[in-house]
Amino acid sequence: MATKTLSQITADGLWHNNPGLVQLLGLCPLLGVSSSVVNALGLGIATMLVLTGSNLAVSLIRSAVTDAVRLPTFVMIIAALTTCIELLMQAFTYELYQILGIFIPLIVTNCVILGRADAFASKNAVLPAVVDGFMMSLGFGLVLVVLGGLRELIGHGTLFAGMDLLLGPMAESWKIVVFPNYKDVLFVILPPGAFLFMGLLIALKNVIDAKVKQRAEARLTRPAAGSKRVRVTGTIS
Amino acid sequence: MALVRMTSPHAKGNNHTQTIMLWVLGATLPGILAMTWFFGFGTLINICFASLVALAVESLILWIRKRPISFYLRDGSALVTAWLLALALPPYAPWWLTLVATAFAIVFGKQLYGGLGQNPFNPAMLGYAVVLISFPVEMTSWPAWRGIEALMPNVQATLGLFEGLSRIFLPATQAIDGWTLATPLDVVKTNASLTMTELQASKPVFGSFAGHGWEWISLAYLAGGIALLYKRIYTWHAPVGMLGALAIMSLLFWNGSGSGSNGSPLFHLLSGASMLGAFFIVTDPVSGATSKQGRLIFGAGVGILVYCIRAWGGYPDAVAFAVLLMNLAAPTIDYYSTPRTYGHRKAKRGMGKTD
Repeated sequence: MATKTLSQITADGLWHNNPGLVQLLGLCPLLGVSSSVVNALGLGIATMLVLTGSNLAVSLIRSAVTDAVRLPTFVMIIAALTTCIELLMQAFTYELYQILGIFIPLIVTNCVILGRADAFASKNAVLPAVVDGFMMSLGFGLVLVVLGGLRELIGHGTLFAGMDLLLGPMAESWKIVVFPNYKDVLFVILPPGAFLFMGLLIALKNVIDAKVKQRAEARLTRPAAGSKRVRVTGTIS
Repeated sequence: MALVRMTSPHAKGNNHTQTIMLWVLGATLPGILAMTWFFGFGTLINICFASLVALAVESLILWIRKRPISFYLRDGSALVTAWLLALALPPYAPWWLTLVATAFAIVFGKQLYGGLGQNPFNPAMLGYAVVLISFPVEMTSWPAWRGIEALMPNVQATLGLFEGLSRIFLPATQAIDGWTLATPLDVVKTNASLTMTELQASKPVFGSFAGHGWEWISLAYLAGGIALLYKRIYTWHAPVGMLGALAIMSLLFWNGSGSGSNGSPLFHLLSGASMLGAFFIVTDPVSGATSKQGRLIFGAGVGILVYCIRAWGGYPDAVAFAVLLMNLAAPTIDYYSTPRTYGHRKAKRGMGKTD
């Protein structure tokens, strides 16, 4: 297996192999808690801590664990880290912990985390594994926050409401009311809206990729300079 | 003289998409007239507004998709979606409600799947379900009908054109009380203590055999549907399947005329969107089942689901949800109801398929 450079790992995590938009892993939390920016950010950070930590730990013990017992070992590591995060959130951001509810313990079952542990961390050195974990979870978190922002904006007509639940009292004034007197669009806040906007985001990524590819191809196949055909009549436009 | 070069077929049948769509539009006219008579100009204003939105949104998406705009607009399918949606929405729904429903129906219900013929769901019902979930208050504000003043002096029907325009386009200035009433299905659903006779005596919403006004609107849709059957725009299978299943279900679970009654079969057939659904929604050739037997099963499924949601579900009427759920089932129904092809002894169905 060819080793990747750190910048390749970064590009993979954030764009080319984004867990949310390309691998479509971890859809349950992605769709379940992306109803507002604060929920999305909270879960994104929690997932980031667990994924980076689990990749680090898995990479450290990769030569000591045999193939037969690797998956239970990974799950144990992830479960331990998730419990730590859960206790931390209970201590510092209790209200957000209550809002996110079951989705915090469910980080254990997030396929992104087990997937990266098995596919990357268990086969790579510590530094690439940690970078991969961080970038993958950053890509996941970004999708989560964008989705949360879109749904909050269209569903409630606000942005960054309730950020103080995560970031303390200084964030209380961050709430932006984009559309005053807005009628809440329940459809967008409920799960069907999450599926719809997720689909739109994936479509947008594919459109951008297609355009980039088209441009790259156009650059490669630039027509040869000079005309091969000599025109003797008519005007040349 | 310009000679037009054309390839075969040269014969023109009456089964052009445009002809069919125009017939469907024409067949809604009795229903539109009845609704305008009972509820005022709201339905007409909604139809005009929804048509404008549908045509605008359809051309926009066709332009983005680089498709010939006038060719696809001329088939009239966007207009049918807009009209059916406008008939299903409450007559004085605020303008943004119609806008959201129509735009969603055309963009997400039809064009995102690839346009007419590719949509797995009925676009009008998809738009309806989205606004029903999103804006329950507006979607349940049905106006009072013509002649309400004689029965309830504190409620006024909205009959004037300008009054209707201001209700639709200036919704912020309008109070919701004084001109809306619960629909008959609502009244029967929320009733817990009165017997049917007491209910009919105490609530002026009931007419001679179903809801006041509603019964005539339903009969007008029935008339339009029979005209379409006569013109062979569609076969009898889907409407009969739906109405038959609804009648049988409401007969089986009628539950007498006490306070636990779910309403008589006639009440269910002539209330809410039963007739509109049976003759204009479940007959959609794109999102429904294909074969005759399949259409019968499809219609019956819609009828059973409509009754289940009305009697035991969370919503007073259910045609939109029932149709969407059966749309999901339509490919499976097709799979198991393929007709026998000429020259074969047995139909190849289900697991017996060889392809």
